[in-house]
Amino acid sequence: MKEEFLSHQKIYQRPVLAFSIFMVAITGAMIIWLWIQHQEKDSPMSGGIAKSLRKGLSVNQELFSATFSSSNLAKTYPKSQAVKSVRVNGDVGMGDDFDASKWMLHLVKTNGDTLSITMDDIKKLPKTEEVFDFKCIEGWSQKTWWGGVKFSDFVHYFHLENETALKYVGLETPDEEYYVGIDMPSIMHPQTLLCYEMNGKPLPMNQGYPLRLIIPVKYGIKHLKRIGTIYFSNNQPADYWAERGYDYYAGH
Amino acid sequence: MKKIVHKHPLAIRWFHWINFPVIAVMIWSGLLIYWANDIYKVRIGGKEIIHFFPDSFYKAFHIPYRLAEGMAYHFVFMWLFFINGLLYVLYTILSREWKYLLPNRRSFKEAWFVLLHDLKIRKTAPPQTKYNAAQRIAYSAIIVMGFGSIITGLSIYKPIQFGWLTTICGGYETARVEHFILTIGYCVFFLIHIVQVAIAGWNNFQAMITGFEIHATDTTKQDQATSITPNS
Repeated sequence: MKEEFLSHQKIYQRPVLAFSIFMVAITGAMIIWLWIQHQEKDSPMSGGIAKSLRKGLSVNQELFSATFSSSNLAKTYPKSQAVKSVRVNGDVGMGDDFDASKWMLHLVKTNGDTLSITMDDIKKLPKTEEVFDFKCIEGWSQKTWWGGVKFSDFVHYFHLENETALKYVGLETPDEEYYVGIDMPSIMHPQTLLCYEMNGKPLPMNQGYPLRLIIPVKYGIKHLKRIGTIYFSNNQPADYWAERGYDYYAGH
Repeated sequence: MKKIVHKHPLAIRWFHWINFPVIAVMIWSGLLIYWANDIYKVRIGGKEIIHFFPDSFYKAFHIPYRLAEGMAYHFVFMWLFFINGLLYVLYTILSREWKYLLPNRRSFKEAWFVLLHDLKIRKTAPPQTKYNAAQRIAYSAIIVMGFGSIITGLSIYKPIQFGWLTTICGGYETARVEHFILTIGYCVFFLIHIVQVAIAGWNNFQAMITGFEIHATDTTKQDQATSITPNS
Protein backbone atom coordinates (compact mmCIF):
# COMPACT_ATOMS: atom_id res chain seq x y z
CA MET A 1 0.00 0.00 0.00
CA LYS A 2 1.13 3.51 -0.81
CA GLU A 3 2.79 5.57 1.85
CA GLU A 4 3.45 9.27 2.19
CA PHE A 5 5.81 10.99 4.56
CA LEU A 6 4.31 14.31 5.57
CA SER A 7 4.99 17.08 7.99
CA HIS A 8 3.22 16.94 11.33
CA GLN A 9 0.92 19.79 10.32
CA LYS A 10 -0.22 18.20 7.06
CA ILE A 11 -0.88 14.87 8.67
CA TYR A 12 -3.45 16.50 10.93
CA GLN A 13 -4.99 18.72 8.25
CA ARG A 14 -6.13 15.86 6.07
CA PRO A 15 -8.30 14.04 8.63
CA VAL A 16 -9.98 17.34 9.54
CA LEU A 17 -11.05 17.76 5.92
CA ALA A 18 -12.19 14.12 5.62
CA PHE A 19 -14.21 14.30 8.85
CA SER A 20 -15.82 17.55 7.76
CA ILE A 21 -17.01 15.97 4.53
CA PHE A 22 -18.20 12.95 6.51
CA MET A 23 -20.28 15.14 8.82
CA VAL A 24 -21.76 17.01 5.86
CA ALA A 25 -22.73 13.65 4.30
CA ILE A 26 -24.40 12.47 7.52
CA THR A 27 -26.30 15.75 7.75
CA GLY A 28 -27.37 15.39 4.13
CA ALA A 29 -28.64 11.86 4.72
CA MET A 30 -30.61 13.01 7.76
CA ILE A 31 -32.15 15.89 5.82
CA ILE A 32 -33.27 13.49 3.07
CA TRP A 33 -34.75 11.15 5.68
CA LEU A 34 -36.64 13.90 7.49
CA TRP A 35 -37.82 15.31 4.15
CA ILE A 36 -39.41 11.95 3.27
CA GLN A 37 -40.90 11.61 6.76
CA HIS A 38 -42.49 15.04 6.76
CA GLN A 39 -43.60 15.11 3.17
CA GLU A 40 -47.21 15.53 2.25
CA LYS A 41 -48.99 12.17 2.05
CA ASP A 42 -50.42 10.93 -1.24
CA SER A 43 -53.81 10.38 0.33
CA PRO A 44 -55.74 12.17 3.08
CA MET A 45 -56.47 8.80 4.73
CA SER A 46 -54.37 7.48 7.55
CA GLY A 47 -51.89 5.02 6.11
CA GLY A 48 -51.15 7.16 3.09
CA ILE A 49 -47.48 7.25 2.07
CA ALA A 50 -45.05 10.06 1.28
CA LYS A 51 -45.41 11.47 -2.22
CA SER A 52 -41.82 10.66 -3.17
CA LEU A 53 -42.35 6.99 -2.23
CA ARG A 54 -45.54 6.90 -4.32
CA LYS A 55 -43.52 8.34 -7.19
CA GLY A 56 -40.99 5.54 -6.69
CA LEU A 57 -43.73 2.91 -6.83
CA SER A 58 -45.02 4.46 -10.07
CA VAL A 59 -41.54 4.22 -11.57
CA ASN A 60 -41.43 0.55 -10.52
CA GLN A 61 -44.79 0.07 -12.25
CA GLU A 62 -43.38 1.53 -15.47
CA LEU A 63 -40.25 -0.60 -15.27
CA PHE A 64 -41.92 -3.87 -14.38
CA SER A 65 -44.73 -3.34 -16.91
CA ALA A 66 -41.94 -3.55 -19.45
CA THR A 67 -40.92 -7.00 -18.21
CA PHE A 68 -44.57 -8.17 -18.14
CA SER A 69 -45.42 -10.87 -20.63
CA SER A 70 -48.77 -12.62 -20.85
CA SER A 71 -46.92 -15.78 -21.87
CA ASN A 72 -45.41 -15.96 -18.36
CA LEU A 73 -47.91 -18.02 -16.43
CA ALA A 74 -48.48 -18.55 -12.74
CA LYS A 75 -47.46 -22.07 -11.76
CA THR A 76 -50.50 -24.34 -11.61
CA TYR A 77 -51.09 -27.46 -9.52
CA PRO A 78 -53.31 -30.56 -9.62
CA LYS A 79 -56.73 -30.10 -8.00
CA SER A 80 -55.75 -32.58 -5.29
CA GLN A 81 -53.23 -30.04 -3.96
CA ALA A 82 -55.82 -27.29 -3.49
CA VAL A 83 -56.63 -26.44 0.14
CA LYS A 84 -60.09 -27.41 1.43
CA SER A 85 -60.45 -24.49 3.76
CA VAL A 86 -59.80 -21.30 1.83
CA ARG A 87 -58.79 -18.31 3.89
CA VAL A 88 -61.23 -15.38 4.03
CA ASN A 89 -59.21 -12.23 4.61
CA GLY A 90 -61.58 -9.34 3.99
CA ASP A 91 -65.27 -8.46 4.02
CA VAL A 92 -65.30 -4.90 2.66
CA GLY A 93 -68.02 -4.72 0.02
CA MET A 94 -69.64 -7.93 1.31
CA GLY A 95 -72.59 -6.20 3.00
CA ASP A 96 -75.35 -8.36 4.53
CA ASP A 97 -78.07 -6.55 2.61
CA PHE A 98 -76.99 -8.08 -0.72
CA ASP A 99 -79.88 -9.56 -2.73
CA ALA A 100 -78.40 -12.29 -4.91
CA SER A 101 -81.65 -12.81 -6.86
CA LYS A 102 -81.43 -9.28 -8.28
CA TRP A 103 -77.73 -9.43 -9.14
CA MET A 104 -76.57 -8.57 -12.63
CA LEU A 105 -73.15 -7.62 -13.90
CA HIS A 106 -73.13 -4.03 -15.13
CA LEU A 107 -70.65 -3.40 -17.88
CA VAL A 108 -70.11 0.22 -18.85
CA LYS A 109 -69.03 0.65 -22.44
CA THR A 110 -67.03 3.57 -23.78
CA ASN A 111 -70.04 4.87 -25.75
CA GLY A 112 -71.93 5.26 -22.47
CA ASP A 113 -74.13 2.17 -22.85
CA THR A 114 -74.35 -0.19 -19.91
CA LEU A 115 -74.78 -3.90 -20.55
CA SER A 116 -76.60 -5.87 -17.88
CA ILE A 117 -75.30 -9.39 -17.95
CA THR A 118 -76.81 -12.32 -16.09
CA MET A 119 -75.04 -15.28 -14.58
CA ASP A 120 -76.58 -17.51 -17.28
CA ASP A 121 -74.99 -15.36 -20.01
CA ILE A 122 -71.60 -15.75 -18.36
CA LYS A 123 -71.94 -19.51 -17.85
CA LYS A 124 -72.59 -19.95 -21.59
CA LEU A 125 -68.94 -19.11 -22.20
CA PRO A 126 -66.27 -21.82 -21.98
CA LYS A 127 -65.31 -22.63 -18.39
CA THR A 128 -61.68 -22.57 -17.28
CA GLU A 129 -60.45 -24.10 -14.03
CA GLU A 130 -57.12 -23.42 -12.39
CA VAL A 131 -55.29 -24.21 -9.16
CA PHE A 132 -52.63 -21.62 -8.37
CA ASP A 133 -50.78 -20.14 -5.44
CA PHE A 134 -52.99 -17.27 -4.23
CA LYS A 135 -50.61 -14.69 -2.73
CA CYS A 136 -51.56 -12.17 -0.12
CA ILE A 137 -49.68 -8.90 0.26
CA GLU A 138 -49.31 -9.82 3.96
CA GLY A 139 -46.87 -12.56 2.98
CA TRP A 140 -48.91 -15.78 3.10
CA SER A 141 -50.03 -17.89 0.16
CA GLN A 142 -52.47 -20.74 -0.45
CA LYS A 143 -52.97 -23.16 -3.32
CA THR A 144 -56.59 -22.60 -4.30
CA TRP A 145 -58.89 -24.00 -6.99
CA TRP A 146 -61.13 -21.66 -9.00
CA GLY A 147 -63.46 -21.99 -11.98
CA GLY A 148 -64.90 -19.38 -14.31
CA VAL A 149 -64.65 -17.58 -17.60
CA LYS A 150 -61.40 -16.15 -18.91
CA PHE A 151 -61.68 -12.37 -18.92
CA SER A 152 -60.14 -12.37 -22.41
CA ASP A 153 -62.90 -14.74 -23.66
CA PHE A 154 -65.53 -12.60 -21.99
CA VAL A 155 -64.47 -9.32 -23.66
CA HIS A 156 -64.16 -11.09 -26.99
CA TYR A 157 -67.70 -12.50 -26.71
CA PHE A 158 -69.16 -9.08 -25.89
CA HIS A 159 -67.12 -7.34 -28.64
CA LEU A 160 -65.32 -4.98 -26.31
CA GLU A 161 -62.44 -4.15 -28.67
CA ASN A 162 -62.86 -0.37 -28.16
CA GLU A 163 -62.82 -0.89 -24.42
CA THR A 164 -59.74 -3.13 -24.26
CA ALA A 165 -57.81 -0.58 -26.31
CA LEU A 166 -57.82 1.61 -23.17
CA LYS A 167 -55.21 1.39 -20.41
CA TYR A 168 -57.20 0.33 -17.35
CA VAL A 169 -60.19 -1.63 -16.11
CA GLY A 170 -62.10 -0.61 -12.99
CA LEU A 171 -64.21 -3.03 -10.94
CA GLU A 172 -66.59 -2.27 -8.07
CA THR A 173 -68.70 -4.25 -5.64
CA PRO A 174 -72.49 -3.71 -5.94
CA ASP A 175 -72.42 -1.51 -2.81
CA GLU A 176 -69.38 0.41 -4.19
CA GLU A 177 -67.53 -0.12 -0.91
CA TYR A 178 -64.62 -2.00 -2.50
CA TYR A 179 -63.09 -1.08 -5.83
CA VAL A 180 -59.93 -1.89 -7.76
CA GLY A 181 -58.14 -0.64 -10.84
CA ILE A 182 -56.14 -2.98 -13.04
CA ASP A 183 -53.89 -2.36 -16.02
CA MET A 184 -55.13 -3.85 -19.29
CA PRO A 185 -52.26 -6.32 -19.93
CA SER A 186 -52.81 -7.91 -16.50
CA ILE A 187 -56.57 -8.31 -16.80
CA MET A 188 -56.13 -9.74 -20.33
CA HIS A 189 -53.61 -12.29 -19.01
CA PRO A 190 -54.83 -15.80 -19.97
CA GLN A 191 -55.16 -16.88 -16.31
CA THR A 192 -57.42 -13.97 -15.29
CA LEU A 193 -60.95 -15.26 -14.58
CA LEU A 194 -64.41 -13.94 -13.94
CA CYS A 195 -64.83 -16.65 -11.37
CA TYR A 196 -68.06 -18.30 -10.16
CA GLU A 197 -66.75 -21.53 -8.66
CA MET A 198 -64.37 -22.47 -5.86
CA ASN A 199 -63.32 -26.07 -5.20
CA GLY A 200 -65.79 -27.22 -7.90
CA LYS A 201 -68.81 -25.60 -6.18
CA PRO A 202 -70.52 -22.22 -6.54
CA LEU A 203 -68.64 -19.44 -4.75
CA PRO A 204 -69.52 -19.12 -1.07
CA MET A 205 -71.04 -15.78 -0.02
CA ASN A 206 -67.87 -14.72 1.82
CA GLN A 207 -65.79 -15.46 -1.31
CA GLY A 208 -67.84 -13.03 -3.38
CA TYR A 209 -70.90 -14.95 -4.62
CA PRO A 210 -71.99 -14.91 -7.38
CA LEU A 211 -69.01 -13.60 -9.41
CA ARG A 212 -65.53 -12.47 -8.39
CA LEU A 213 -62.23 -11.66 -10.03
CA ILE A 214 -59.33 -14.13 -9.94
CA ILE A 215 -56.15 -12.59 -11.28
CA PRO A 216 -53.05 -14.70 -10.49
CA VAL A 217 -50.64 -12.02 -11.76
CA LYS A 218 -51.73 -9.76 -8.87
CA TYR A 219 -51.75 -9.85 -5.08
CA GLY A 220 -55.01 -10.84 -3.35
CA ILE A 221 -56.01 -7.20 -2.79
CA LYS A 222 -56.85 -6.96 -6.51
CA HIS A 223 -59.01 -10.13 -6.61
CA LEU A 224 -62.23 -8.19 -6.05
CA LYS A 225 -65.08 -10.25 -4.60
CA ARG A 226 -68.68 -9.82 -5.84
CA ILE A 227 -68.29 -7.78 -9.00
CA GLY A 228 -71.11 -5.27 -9.48
CA THR A 229 -69.72 -3.00 -12.19
CA ILE A 230 -66.91 -3.18 -14.71
CA TYR A 231 -65.74 -0.08 -16.58
CA PHE A 232 -62.82 0.93 -18.77
CA SER A 233 -60.63 4.04 -18.69
CA ASN A 234 -57.36 5.59 -19.77
CA ASN A 235 -56.97 7.07 -16.29
CA GLN A 236 -56.17 4.97 -13.26
CA PRO A 237 -59.49 3.95 -11.70
CA ALA A 238 -59.89 4.46 -7.94
CA ASP A 239 -58.37 1.62 -5.93
CA TYR A 240 -59.34 0.82 -2.35
CA TRP A 241 -55.93 -0.30 -1.07
CA ALA A 242 -53.88 2.13 -3.15
CA GLU A 243 -55.79 4.88 -1.31
CA ARG A 244 -54.52 3.29 1.91
CA GLY A 245 -50.85 3.45 0.94
CA TYR A 246 -50.40 0.20 -1.00
CA ASP A 247 -48.78 -0.19 -4.40
CA TYR A 248 -51.30 0.46 -7.19
CA TYR A 249 -49.74 -2.08 -9.53
CA ALA A 250 -49.40 -4.86 -6.90
CA GLY A 251 -48.40 -7.26 -9.67
CA HIS A 252 -46.30 -10.35 -9.94
CA MET B 1 7.90 12.78 11.69
CA LYS B 2 4.90 10.60 10.98
CA LYS B 3 3.71 8.96 7.82
CA ILE B 4 0.33 8.09 6.38
CA VAL B 5 -0.38 4.69 4.87
CA HIS B 6 -3.16 4.70 2.29
CA LYS B 7 -5.69 1.98 2.96
CA HIS B 8 -9.24 2.52 1.65
CA PRO B 9 -9.75 4.20 -1.74
CA LEU B 10 -12.28 7.05 -1.79
CA ALA B 11 -14.83 5.05 -3.81
CA ILE B 12 -14.86 2.20 -1.30
CA ARG B 13 -15.37 4.61 1.58
CA TRP B 14 -18.39 6.11 -0.19
CA PHE B 15 -19.85 2.68 -1.01
CA HIS B 16 -19.34 1.59 2.60
CA TRP B 17 -21.02 4.60 4.20
CA ILE B 18 -23.88 4.78 1.69
CA ASN B 19 -24.59 1.11 2.25
CA PHE B 20 -24.90 1.55 6.00
CA PRO B 21 -28.08 3.72 6.10
CA VAL B 22 -29.52 2.03 3.00
CA ILE B 23 -29.29 -1.45 4.49
CA ALA B 24 -30.65 -0.10 7.77
CA VAL B 25 -33.74 1.17 5.91
CA MET B 26 -34.05 -2.16 4.06
CA ILE B 27 -33.94 -4.19 7.30
CA TRP B 28 -36.35 -1.85 9.08
CA SER B 29 -38.87 -1.74 6.21
CA GLY B 30 -38.44 -5.51 5.81
CA LEU B 31 -39.51 -5.88 9.44
CA LEU B 32 -42.62 -3.78 8.80
CA ILE B 33 -43.49 -6.23 5.99
CA TYR B 34 -42.53 -9.40 7.85
CA TRP B 35 -44.73 -8.45 10.84
CA ALA B 36 -47.88 -8.99 8.71
CA ASN B 37 -47.13 -12.72 8.51
CA ASP B 38 -44.56 -13.40 11.23
CA ILE B 39 -44.53 -17.18 11.08
CA TYR B 40 -40.84 -18.05 11.48
CA LYS B 41 -39.75 -19.90 14.59
CA VAL B 42 -36.82 -21.97 15.74
CA ARG B 43 -37.91 -25.25 17.30
CA ILE B 44 -35.69 -27.82 18.92
CA GLY B 45 -37.31 -31.14 19.78
CA GLY B 46 -40.79 -29.72 19.31
CA LYS B 47 -40.06 -26.93 21.77
CA GLU B 48 -40.19 -23.36 20.55
CA ILE B 49 -36.85 -21.70 21.28
CA ILE B 50 -37.15 -18.42 19.39
CA HIS B 51 -40.13 -16.73 17.76
CA PHE B 52 -39.30 -14.08 15.18
CA PHE B 53 -40.27 -11.79 16.80
CA PRO B 54 -41.70 -11.33 20.30
CA ASP B 55 -44.38 -8.66 20.77
CA SER B 56 -42.09 -6.67 23.04
CA PHE B 57 -39.59 -6.40 20.18
CA TYR B 58 -42.24 -5.13 17.76
CA LYS B 59 -43.50 -2.65 20.31
CA ALA B 60 -40.02 -1.34 21.10
CA PHE B 61 -39.34 -0.60 17.42
CA HIS B 62 -42.87 0.62 16.62
CA ILE B 63 -43.37 -2.09 13.96
CA PRO B 64 -47.07 -3.15 13.99
CA TYR B 65 -49.65 -2.12 11.35
CA ARG B 66 -47.21 -0.44 8.98
CA LEU B 67 -47.22 -2.94 6.09
CA ALA B 68 -48.07 -0.42 3.37
CA GLU B 69 -45.36 1.96 4.55
CA GLY B 70 -42.86 -0.90 4.80
CA MET B 71 -43.52 -2.05 1.25
CA ALA B 72 -43.24 1.50 -0.10
CA TYR B 73 -39.84 2.08 1.54
CA HIS B 74 -38.59 -1.42 0.67
CA PHE B 75 -39.43 -1.18 -3.02
CA VAL B 76 -37.89 2.28 -3.39
CA PHE B 77 -34.72 1.79 -1.33
CA MET B 78 -34.08 -1.59 -2.97
CA TRP B 79 -32.78 0.35 -5.97
CA LEU B 80 -30.17 2.16 -3.85
CA PHE B 81 -29.10 -1.14 -2.29
CA PHE B 82 -28.82 -2.76 -5.71
CA ILE B 83 -27.05 0.12 -7.50
CA ASN B 84 -24.60 0.77 -4.65
CA GLY B 85 -23.77 -2.94 -4.43
CA LEU B 86 -23.35 -3.25 -8.18
CA LEU B 87 -21.03 -0.22 -8.35
CA TYR B 88 -18.98 -1.58 -5.45
CA VAL B 89 -18.47 -4.92 -7.19
CA LEU B 90 -17.60 -3.23 -10.50
CA TYR B 91 -15.16 -0.93 -8.71
CA THR B 92 -13.37 -3.74 -6.89
CA ILE B 93 -12.94 -5.57 -10.19
CA LEU B 94 -11.75 -2.58 -12.24
CA SER B 95 -9.44 -1.16 -9.53
CA ARG B 96 -8.09 -4.63 -8.78
CA GLU B 97 -9.01 -4.14 -5.10
CA TRP B 98 -10.48 -7.64 -5.34
CA LYS B 99 -6.94 -8.95 -4.85
CA TYR B 100 -7.09 -7.83 -1.22
CA LEU B 101 -10.69 -8.95 -0.76
CA LEU B 102 -11.16 -12.39 -2.26
CA PRO B 103 -10.08 -15.39 -0.19
CA ASN B 104 -7.14 -17.34 -1.62
CA ARG B 105 -5.99 -20.92 -1.17
CA ARG B 106 -4.54 -20.28 2.29
CA SER B 107 -7.41 -18.14 3.58
CA PHE B 108 -9.65 -20.89 4.90
CA LYS B 109 -6.88 -22.41 7.02
CA GLU B 110 -5.54 -19.03 8.09
CA ALA B 111 -8.99 -17.75 9.04
CA TRP B 112 -9.02 -20.40 11.73
CA PHE B 113 -5.75 -19.08 13.16
CA VAL B 114 -7.09 -15.53 12.99
CA LEU B 115 -10.11 -16.65 14.99
CA LEU B 116 -7.93 -18.37 17.60
CA HIS B 117 -5.75 -15.26 17.76
CA ASP B 118 -8.77 -12.97 18.19
CA LEU B 119 -10.05 -15.20 20.97
CA LYS B 120 -6.61 -14.92 22.63
CA ILE B 121 -6.02 -18.67 22.34
CA ARG B 122 -3.17 -18.32 19.86
CA LYS B 123 -0.38 -15.78 20.33
CA THR B 124 0.45 -14.92 16.72
CA ALA B 125 -1.73 -14.05 13.76
CA PRO B 126 -0.85 -15.19 10.25
CA PRO B 127 0.86 -12.54 8.06
CA GLN B 128 -1.55 -10.46 6.03
CA THR B 129 -1.84 -7.58 3.59
CA LYS B 130 -4.78 -5.13 3.81
CA TYR B 131 -7.21 -7.71 5.18
CA ASN B 132 -6.63 -10.88 7.13
CA ALA B 133 -7.97 -14.25 6.04
CA ALA B 134 -11.11 -14.03 8.18
CA GLN B 135 -11.87 -10.60 6.80
CA ARG B 136 -11.39 -11.80 3.22
CA ILE B 137 -13.94 -14.54 3.80
CA ALA B 138 -16.41 -12.27 5.63
CA TYR B 139 -16.20 -9.39 3.12
CA SER B 140 -16.60 -11.76 0.18
CA ALA B 141 -19.44 -13.67 1.83
CA ILE B 142 -21.36 -10.45 2.45
CA ILE B 143 -21.28 -9.72 -1.30
CA VAL B 144 -22.58 -13.22 -2.06
CA MET B 145 -25.29 -12.61 0.54
CA GLY B 146 -26.20 -9.29 -1.07
CA PHE B 147 -26.53 -11.05 -4.40
CA GLY B 148 -28.68 -13.68 -2.65
CA SER B 149 -30.95 -11.00 -1.20
CA ILE B 150 -31.53 -9.53 -4.64
CA ILE B 151 -32.29 -12.94 -6.19
CA THR B 152 -34.58 -14.13 -3.37
CA GLY B 153 -36.16 -10.67 -3.17
CA LEU B 154 -36.97 -10.60 -6.87
CA SER B 155 -38.35 -14.15 -6.52
CA ILE B 156 -40.90 -12.93 -3.97
CA TYR B 157 -41.53 -9.58 -5.64
CA LYS B 158 -42.24 -10.91 -9.18
CA PRO B 159 -42.82 -14.67 -8.82
CA ILE B 160 -44.57 -14.97 -12.19
CA GLN B 161 -42.57 -12.69 -14.49
CA PHE B 162 -39.35 -13.98 -12.90
CA GLY B 163 -40.79 -17.43 -12.22
CA TRP B 164 -37.56 -19.14 -13.24
CA LEU B 165 -35.77 -17.32 -10.41
CA THR B 166 -38.46 -18.41 -7.96
CA THR B 167 -37.94 -21.99 -9.13
CA ILE B 168 -34.15 -21.70 -8.62
CA CYS B 169 -34.79 -20.44 -5.08
CA GLY B 170 -36.98 -23.49 -4.37
CA GLY B 171 -40.40 -21.84 -4.70
CA TYR B 172 -42.20 -18.77 -3.40
CA GLU B 173 -42.38 -19.61 0.28
CA THR B 174 -38.83 -21.01 0.39
CA ALA B 175 -37.53 -17.82 -1.22
CA ARG B 176 -39.21 -15.81 1.55
CA VAL B 177 -37.48 -17.93 4.21
CA GLU B 178 -34.12 -17.50 2.45
CA HIS B 179 -34.65 -13.76 2.17
CA PHE B 180 -35.34 -13.66 5.93
CA ILE B 181 -32.32 -15.79 6.88
CA LEU B 182 -30.02 -13.58 4.81
CA THR B 183 -31.30 -10.57 6.75
CA ILE B 184 -30.54 -12.28 10.06
CA GLY B 185 -27.10 -12.93 8.54
CA TYR B 186 -26.57 -9.18 7.98
CA CYS B 187 -27.47 -8.50 11.59
CA VAL B 188 -24.93 -11.08 12.80
CA PHE B 189 -22.30 -9.64 10.43
CA PHE B 190 -23.05 -6.16 11.72
CA LEU B 191 -22.63 -7.15 15.38
CA ILE B 192 -19.30 -8.90 14.79
CA HIS B 193 -18.12 -6.04 12.58
CA ILE B 194 -18.89 -3.44 15.27
CA VAL B 195 -17.08 -5.45 17.97
CA GLN B 196 -14.03 -5.99 15.75
CA VAL B 197 -13.86 -2.33 14.76
CA ALA B 198 -14.11 -1.32 18.41
CA ILE B 199 -11.28 -3.70 19.33
CA ALA B 200 -9.09 -2.63 16.39
CA GLY B 201 -9.19 0.94 17.62
CA TRP B 202 -9.40 4.49 16.38
CA ASN B 203 -6.62 4.49 13.78
CA ASN B 204 -8.30 1.61 11.95
CA PHE B 205 -11.79 3.11 12.23
CA GLN B 206 -10.87 6.58 11.05
CA ALA B 207 -9.20 5.03 7.97
CA MET B 208 -12.70 4.23 6.66
CA ILE B 209 -13.34 7.99 6.75
CA THR B 210 -9.97 9.50 5.86
CA GLY B 211 -8.66 6.65 3.72
CA PHE B 212 -5.34 6.28 5.53
CA GLU B 213 -3.80 5.24 8.79
CA ILE B 214 -1.23 7.31 10.58
CA HIS B 215 1.92 5.54 11.66
CA ALA B 216 4.99 6.71 13.50
CA THR B 217 8.07 6.43 11.31
CA ASP B 218 11.01 4.54 12.69
CA THR B 219 14.08 5.53 10.69
CA THR B 220 16.06 2.52 11.90
CA LYS B 221 13.49 0.09 10.55
CA GLN B 222 12.59 1.69 7.22
CA ASP B 223 12.30 -1.63 5.45
CA GLN B 224 9.49 -2.75 7.77
CA ALA B 225 7.40 0.26 6.95
CA THR B 226 5.30 -1.67 4.46
CA SER B 227 3.94 -4.07 7.06
CA ILE B 228 0.58 -2.96 8.29
CA THR B 229 -0.95 -3.32 11.69
CA PRO B 230 -3.84 -5.75 12.06
CA ASN B 231 -7.07 -4.11 11.16
CA SER B 232 -10.74 -4.58 10.66
